[in-house]
Amino acid sequence: MLRYIGNRLLAAIPTVLLVTVLVFLMLHLIPGDPAEIFLGENFSTPELLAQVRADMGLDRPLHVQYLSYLGGVLQGDFGRSLNNNRPVLDEIAARLPTTIELTVAAMAVGVLLGFSLGIISALGHNTWVDTLAMALALLGVSMPIFWMSLLLIFFFSVRLNWFPALSTGGLQGLVLPALALGLLSSSTLARMVRSSMLDVLNQDYVRTARSKGLRERTVVLRHALKNALIPTITVLGLQFGQLLGGAVITETIFARQGIGRLYVESILRKDFTMVQGLTLLIAIAYVLINLAVDVAYAAVDPRIQYE
Amino acid sequence: MSNPALHQSSAAPSPARPALQRSLWLDSLRRLARNPGAVLGLGLLALMILAALFAPQITRHDPTEIVPRDRLQGPNVEHWFGTDAFGRDIYTRVVYGARISLVVGVVSVAIATVLGVTLGILAGYFGGIADALIMRGVDVMLAFPGILLALVIVGVLGPDLLNAMIAVGLSAAPTYARVTRSAVLQTKTNLYIEAATVAGVPAWQIVLRHLLPNILGPIVVVTTLGVAGAIIAGASLSFLGLGARPPTPEWGLMLSEGRSYLRQAWWITTFPGLAIMLTVLAINLLGDGLRDALDPRMQK
Repeated sequence: MLRYIGNRLLAAIPTVLLVTVLVFLMLHLIPGDPAEIFLGENFSTPELLAQVRADMGLDRPLHVQYLSYLGGVLQGDFGRSLNNNRPVLDEIAARLPTTIELTVAAMAVGVLLGFSLGIISALGHNTWVDTLAMALALLGVSMPIFWMSLLLIFFFSVRLNWFPALSTGGLQGLVLPALALGLLSSSTLARMVRSSMLDVLNQDYVRTARSKGLRERTVVLRHALKNALIPTITVLGLQFGQLLGGAVITETIFARQGIGRLYVESILRKDFTMVQGLTLLIAIAYVLINLAVDVAYAAVDPRIQYE
Repeated sequence: MSNPALHQSSAAPSPARPALQRSLWLDSLRRLARNPGAVLGLGLLALMILAALFAPQITRHDPTEIVPRDRLQGPNVEHWFGTDAFGRDIYTRVVYGARISLVVGVVSVAIATVLGVTLGILAGYFGGIADALIMRGVDVMLAFPGILLALVIVGVLGPDLLNAMIAVGLSAAPTYARVTRSAVLQTKTNLYIEAATVAGVPAWQIVLRHLLPNILGPIVVVTTLGVAGAIIAGASLSFLGLGARPPTPEWGLMLSEGRSYLRQAWWITTFPGLAIMLTVLAINLLGDGLRDALDPRMQK
């Protein structure tokens, strides 16, 4: 097992390195000069520009710049924001907890709702319950998250006044964005859990369990669900990616100071060092999470051979 | 195990052969027609396409004309879906918006398909270094989750509608490459491909004449569902201010503009929101139906 994890980690290194190359090149692919963005149009004189370019190391050959960028990253130095000259990593660290809070809450909503819907629908296969649940899930999959967010705000904030429309912190403010984000992922999960449950319910060991005279509850929870969960583990990693993408939108709508919102703001104000840092960190996190998911998968299912 | 194609090749002229090929697709079409969801989706989608095509004929206003005295009117006889803060007719803008969203969906998916399918075939059919390089690239692209890759690309290219389409297309391409590659790997082992190779048919002909037609099924399913995803992604970029620019009647942008009027004028966001959802729902229904129809093994 340890060897499997080690091998997977080793295999992830080239991917992560290539990601750093791409992210590094981004700064050089953008139209315009990072030094000029930093100075702003009004203040840039040729001397100042040359000075800033030298400060940022932009006058060195490309491969030297990349190596020094990589060296910095390895030491936790992601450069400084073109917008306010603060260290990129500090800004991200300050905003990260908000986003983690949101994605974890949304994941909880998604798993709770998605799994219940999927199980109910599989147990009532081809009945109206199944049809209704799957229609709901399809509707959820087809709903853009920004409209879902606006609907939630309209009903629960404008009309009922139960929750604040802008989430300024606290549990109250977390409810609506987490719901918006979680409903989206629950739809995907419901479809997945349902088909996985249907597969399992047709297996011999479920029939055996039933013919032993076990209670239906035990059959479903102990025998069917446990096995049906295994394939759904793999989607959880992908779900995390979806949630992060969705967080970009929900954080913007609900005015949450997370990294998703920071991402959009940085793109809009051409703060490309910030975009670089965020992109790199998110990609690394995503690669690691998917790796963890694969490891969990191998650990849960003894039929899987890992070498 | 009897293979009809093999028997036919022994009979000298085989006029039945194209008919056989067509009937495979016809069978799928029949299965599709029996699926009420897919038919509903197709009908809805046809309506959307018709609305997009005949937008000037079925609306009475200009989608971008500003009429200050008409601002923020609720739905009424003159303005079926009401008006926005600039007095623009929302019904007209929603109908014209169908043009933009459908184009965004189709263009993005076209980019993704051309790029992804080509790379997938190169990787799957030729294997070796091409496979290793391409799949490594795909892995790197897939390291950027969800809509983030599209965000980065738009960030580099600069925010506008065309760049949004390019970004959505490029960011979807790796998935297409993966699907194509695995379909190629499965199909490649078939006897008819081996036979063609032994007979000395050039590689490009094998790919175009024998391989591509046989992997079309999964590609059609992925592209159909892909259009739905691309429409949502495109609208999301516009909503964030990284796609269509005002005063374009783009659905995502309309929702973003109506955000601040949620309290006074619910109709500004409701109708474009419904339009996106119905369009995406229609395509998802059709895509799910296609998946069931094209893959007989999925039939229960």
